Amino acid sequence: MNWIILLSPLVAAVLAGLVFRAHKSVAVGLSIAACTVSFAASAWVFFYPGSLPFTSVDWIKVGSLHVTIGGISDPLSNLMLLIVTGVGLLIHIFSVGYMKEDPSVSRFFAKLSFFMFSMLGIVLADNLVMMFIFWELVGLASYLLIGFWFQRPSAADAAKKAFIVNRVGDFGFMIGILTVWALWGTVDFHQLQVLVAGGTGPLGTKADWLILAGIGLFMGCVGKSAQFPLHVWLPDAMEGPTPVSALIHAATMVAAGVYMLARVFFILELKGEVLTVIAWTGTVTAVFAALIALQQNDIKRILAYSTLSQLGYMVAAVGMGAVSAGMFHLATHAFFKALLFLAAGSVIHAMHHEQDIWAMGGLRKKMPVTFATFGVATLALTGFPFLFAGFYSKEAILVAAFGANRAIFAVLLFTAGLTAFYMFRLFVVAFFGSPRGAAATHAHESPLVMVVPLVFLAVLSTVGGFLPIPQYLEGAAGHGHGAHGNVVMCLSIAAFVVAAGAGIWLYRDRTHDPVRVLIFRNKFYSDEIYEWFLVRPQDALARAASWFDQWIIGGLMVRGTAALATFSGEVLRLFQGGNLQAYVVLFILGVAYLCYWILIRPFP
Amino acid sequence: MNALTEITLNHYLALSGILFMTGAAGVMMRRNILVIYMCLELMLNAANLALVAFSRFNTQPLLEGHIMVFFIITVAAAEVSVGLALIVSLYRLRQTTNVNDLTSLKF
Repeated sequence: MNWIILLSPLVAAVLAGLVFRAHKSVAVGLSIAACTVSFAASAWVFFYPGSLPFTSVDWIKVGSLHVTIGGISDPLSNLMLLIVTGVGLLIHIFSVGYMKEDPSVSRFFAKLSFFMFSMLGIVLADNLVMMFIFWELVGLASYLLIGFWFQRPSAADAAKKAFIVNRVGDFGFMIGILTVWALWGTVDFHQLQVLVAGGTGPLGTKADWLILAGIGLFMGCVGKSAQFPLHVWLPDAMEGPTPVSALIHAATMVAAGVYMLARVFFILELKGEVLTVIAWTGTVTAVFAALIALQQNDIKRILAYSTLSQLGYMVAAVGMGAVSAGMFHLATHAFFKALLFLAAGSVIHAMHHEQDIWAMGGLRKKMPVTFATFGVATLALTGFPFLFAGFYSKEAILVAAFGANRAIFAVLLFTAGLTAFYMFRLFVVAFFGSPRGAAATHAHESPLVMVVPLVFLAVLSTVGGFLPIPQYLEGAAGHGHGAHGNVVMCLSIAAFVVAAGAGIWLYRDRTHDPVRVLIFRNKFYSDEIYEWFLVRPQDALARAASWFDQWIIGGLMVRGTAALATFSGEVLRLFQGGNLQAYVVLFILGVAYLCYWILIRPFP
Repeated sequence: MNALTEITLNHYLALSGILFMTGAAGVMMRRNILVIYMCLELMLNAANLALVAFSRFNTQPLLEGHIMVFFIITVAAAEVSVGLALIVSLYRLRQTTNVNDLTSLKF
């Protein structure tokens, strides 16, 4: 029965993509209906947990490998289901307005539904292999959606980049899964949990394999959640339509990595080294992406780097053992980052696909609702004290960091300041001042179908912080802020005030960027570094392989064999004169020679 | 019995060889396909003669050569009927039996 959550988007994707391609309104309606059904079913599961258990089906049974297709229903997955379907539904509705003028709306909604199916599969998966399958499907859906406007070479390239970079992470994920299977002999989460809790499993020399398993699983997260050094695909993925950026590259798919880490945390925590690697990777990503975001001018790219940075927070939280804080931030981030992207989409829609914030300005009066909701999301992301969701979730992570590792805490606090700075830069430049260009002058508020989801998300971004998500995840007990709560809170409020003030003061009434830091503007040259150290050598290798294939394999061996046969044929056909007697003479001479060879020569 | 009057295996083999070479020479030199065919049969029977002779002069009376020859004669009869049928239809088609005129299979 619960499978309706998973299957209704699949049905919608198939129908919208294959049957109703020409009937746009039917396809759109189906897709939204499927998402609504999923959302309703998820809410049912959330509020009445255990009322509708999943039936699991055997899939692979080979020797000791036993893989099922089954669903998992615990607080973690229930929460994630609600986030994915809820935010997804709002984004579906927003897309109706945003994609209205696109000729292939049906294809868009079919892909969107397909993505929902894959994502829900990851959330529901009750074993690593099933999760991996849906993991790959999400990668495919992401590829299809980033490359939705495949007529544009940049979109096609970005789609390929995302797909290939994700493969690198998925390779590690697969190694991790195989190692887990080798160590415990099962890939089922529940059985693994029982085995780990019971202390059975790798001991002694084999314990080192735990590091391999942990790092491998984490690599999957590094790819999917775009952590440093595999972060390069996410900013480029902004080539996709803006609702896609909101759905996939802010709220759900990139969160899948964090969700997976939370799911397998009981394996990761067996080795402290693994957690250290995770915590520092997240921290480095957080500060690295925030520094880049300081100097970007494309509204979506700023948000993309901001997403990277916030994902770094979540990963760092998991690495410090604060899984529930990480998931809390994941939830609130899903709300306000989806809101930021959708509001940015609303702006882009009004600006006729102009994305440079320096071409905007003065949108406050033209688009009041977008302005207000974007403002709420900005305050939520930057951690405006007490009122908005981001403050509480970020606070939870910072408290955990304060207790776990002061160095990480310092970096994360610094990042929080950077976040406030670049978000107010974006906000002030785009919405205040006077219009800088024709598009900004003639901008107007987006239609109701786009504005209503913004308002819903704005409400969620505000109240999301008051939801007892960590307590829900940890059972009734929960942490509370503990002893360090007040110190951390004062520090983070100070960071917010200083950075936000600096951002507003520096960028108020500017027509161009007063600061130029090239290394930030050029993304620490990471694309160039990859170009030099990965793309160029691979191109050279590919050219060498191509040359070898063309001239040695194809030229010498394939065409050479053919040429030899042709040449021998040319020579031998001279003997086929058509004279029967000549054949006979040759034949008899041959037999005579054979007789000599066999009968006479061996006996001299 | 003296050496002059006695017929030994070598006599048979010599006769067989002469017959075989005659046939081979005919196949090589004659132009009429029917005659070539008859020469082929001559070569075949030279082989038969050698087999019978070997069988006759074998110290153990196993008669294997005789049996082989019966098979060969049977097969040769079948082969002759097919071959002659081919020659007849070839003649009907081309109005000739001269192999120099039958060169349409050459390159």
